[in-house]
Amino acid sequence: MITFRGGIHTPEFKELAEEKPIEIMPAPKHVVIPLSQHTGAPAKPIVNVGDEVKAGTLIAEPVGMISAPVHSSIAGKVKAIEPWVHPVLPVPTKSIIIEAGEEDELDPEIKPRSDNEIEELKPDDIREIIRNAGIVGLGGAAFPTSVKVTPPKDAKIDTLIINGAECEPFLTADDRLMREKPEGIINGARILAKVLGLERAFIAIEHNKPEAIRIVTETAQSVWPSAEVLTVRTKYPQGAEKQLISAILKREVPAGGLPFMVGVVVQNAGTAYAVWEAVAKRKPLYERVVTVTGPGIAEPKNLLVRIGTLAADVIEHCGGLRPSASKFISGGPMMGIAQASLEVPVIKGTSGMLFLDGSKSLFKVREESSCIRCGHCVGICPMKLVPAEIARMAEYEKLEDAEKWGILDCMECGACAFVCPAGRRLVQWIKYGKTLIFAERSRKKGRK
Amino acid sequence: MNSEVKDTRKFLVTPSPHLKAPFNVKMVMYIVVIALLPALGGAIHFFGLYSLWLVLISVASAVLTEFFANLAFKRPLDSCLDGSAVITGMLLAYNLPPSVPLWMPAVGSAFAIIIVKALFGGLGHNFLNPALAGRAFLMASWPDKMTSGWILREGLGTTSGIQVDAFSGATPLAVVQKLKDVADPNLAETTRSALNDPSMLKSLFFGNVGGVLGETSALLLLIPALVLIAIRVIDWRIPLAYIGTVALGTLAAWLFKATPVTPIFHFLSGGLMLGALFMATDYTTTPMTPLGLWIFGIGCGVLTVLIRLWGGYPEGVSYSILLMNVATPLIDRYTRPKILGESAAKKEKK
Repeated sequence: MITFRGGIHTPEFKELAEEKPIEIMPAPKHVVIPLSQHTGAPAKPIVNVGDEVKAGTLIAEPVGMISAPVHSSIAGKVKAIEPWVHPVLPVPTKSIIIEAGEEDELDPEIKPRSDNEIEELKPDDIREIIRNAGIVGLGGAAFPTSVKVTPPKDAKIDTLIINGAECEPFLTADDRLMREKPEGIINGARILAKVLGLERAFIAIEHNKPEAIRIVTETAQSVWPSAEVLTVRTKYPQGAEKQLISAILKREVPAGGLPFMVGVVVQNAGTAYAVWEAVAKRKPLYERVVTVTGPGIAEPKNLLVRIGTLAADVIEHCGGLRPSASKFISGGPMMGIAQASLEVPVIKGTSGMLFLDGSKSLFKVREESSCIRCGHCVGICPMKLVPAEIARMAEYEKLEDAEKWGILDCMECGACAFVCPAGRRLVQWIKYGKTLIFAERSRKKGRK
Repeated sequence: MNSEVKDTRKFLVTPSPHLKAPFNVKMVMYIVVIALLPALGGAIHFFGLYSLWLVLISVASAVLTEFFANLAFKRPLDSCLDGSAVITGMLLAYNLPPSVPLWMPAVGSAFAIIIVKALFGGLGHNFLNPALAGRAFLMASWPDKMTSGWILREGLGTTSGIQVDAFSGATPLAVVQKLKDVADPNLAETTRSALNDPSMLKSLFFGNVGGVLGETSALLLLIPALVLIAIRVIDWRIPLAYIGTVALGTLAAWLFKATPVTPIFHFLSGGLMLGALFMATDYTTTPMTPLGLWIFGIGCGVLTVLIRLWGGYPEGVSYSILLMNVATPLIDRYTRPKILGESAAKKEKK
């Protein structure tokens, strides 16, 4: 079975939610929609306090090329535009707060396209649709999809990979979506291939999702036989872009570079589905599937949630927290971000809401002791770095050395910290080092 | 806006990842301790219960010394029980002849823990293998006690007629070394054939030969080490590179008649197994990079062969490892692995 070099096997914990069909969560009474939900410049509001909006109404415009518009996710009234706690950014960021009206109405712009209309769309039309729908990578990084499908003119793209690896433990949102909406994903892949001028696409799925593999393979035969399902080994971080490309094509994305440099575009399965909905239904990205799971939540679920729904509302819909819940993570357990507040909203990149407790030693925070130089982190690093060394350089602020040893190539997947017998906070030190390096760079830039 | 959040509990906020393998330094250390036990059984079987006392005293000294060092350096006191001091104590005792006085392991372990480990910052910061440095210290201070007192049941010293020391016998490698100086060609020939006799190799494999406590039986070291490699507690590269280099080097020497004994004899004799499997694989004092591990193993092998064939000592394992320990930071620095995409990035620039 194909895979990349390095990586780790973690307990999967998928059983908590993998058999739970996607449930539609009713629109909440209010939503908080941050203007910054994507990589790039925050969007600019085009509504004012007091304005009436519907679900799917454009409420903020992109600013510049690498940006994305933001849409209302419920029908109601704009109540405030003010800073609010954000699941990813460290400080409260400007958000549009909308209070629900009487009825949950869709924006009148949202109406299906006919098959003919869809067939007649040109690549640039589709790019426009993707951009206007506010679609960003739903795997977590939230990079604007329209930018990703607009590679530089001289780049020769020969492969599209739809990423259904879903290698983060606990998360099952992509798995469920592939089982329940395989047509949408495959059609999305077909549309994305058309944009890129390709005739086919790979759909990569980890082998711990046999049902998804079976259903997507079967559906592809009737919907678009050029979509080829590839089973990749269940190993973390199999779903990381560079690792997936290495597994499937044996190509190395240049360090510091992007997949288009080796002729590849990777799109998450959920993103492909969102693209299809944008094209076929004129539906902007105002809701997504979120896996609400972990030993700390009463009823783990895969929920279709409106963007901007607060964690507290999601929890209430899932039967509340168990008394033991002690940690709340937005995202998966390996790369997700621990939250202090239940007031954080679901954003476009929120793949999961995970509630951990102290029931397993795996979840416990350990004392950090000295590195014993065992080298386990070196053996498993999917980027072939020497995490122990780099983390130490960062700790002692030897930034030039850290850069030479590839600190900026680290994707912070956390595999090293997972295996470290000394409990070293390797990722934390590496993040610290990167922050210092970027601060230094912008300081130098400012001086010039 | 006041949302009606009922739950007011506080959540723990830590950096990712939020999963951690339930595997810690203590577990690693005690797994190695268990892997070292068969050789202790062998030592008791071949050399008597006195071996057990040597090992116990050595371990007790190492642990107690670490305790007091922690006290003095204001480090967490319980780290003396993390297993690393136990390993140091065991390995130091394993490197002693079986009839040394009981104070020697105590002194050796104390030196290893204070001078080599604690003064440099404790676990993870020593630049020499503490047990081997302790042994080198004892060797330099009491050379007579460290190179005699080999107890043999069917000693080679008697069968071959060579008197290496005033004591009851000699290690097989000492006999090999002294063979160079034997004037009588008949005696030399009988000794040579005795050394290369299959029964001799069998003794080396099972351990019924003179030597330090832990090194005599290749079998009792090899099996647990293979288990450690299988469960990935130790890396396979250093043992393979080390033993492979010694095998190739002594094969060449055997073919060119630079050594009177076969590579298999070299492979099985002396501290090679103990050294290659349990001391050259010490985490802290060996490289972390894949290429570095190969260089370290090959370096140890080359030095061992050189010392065994042309050096002043019959045995070269411990000094080889110590020399390579010192080279480790340098090896790590110059063997940084190629980052994924690094070559591709260089091509891109051109």
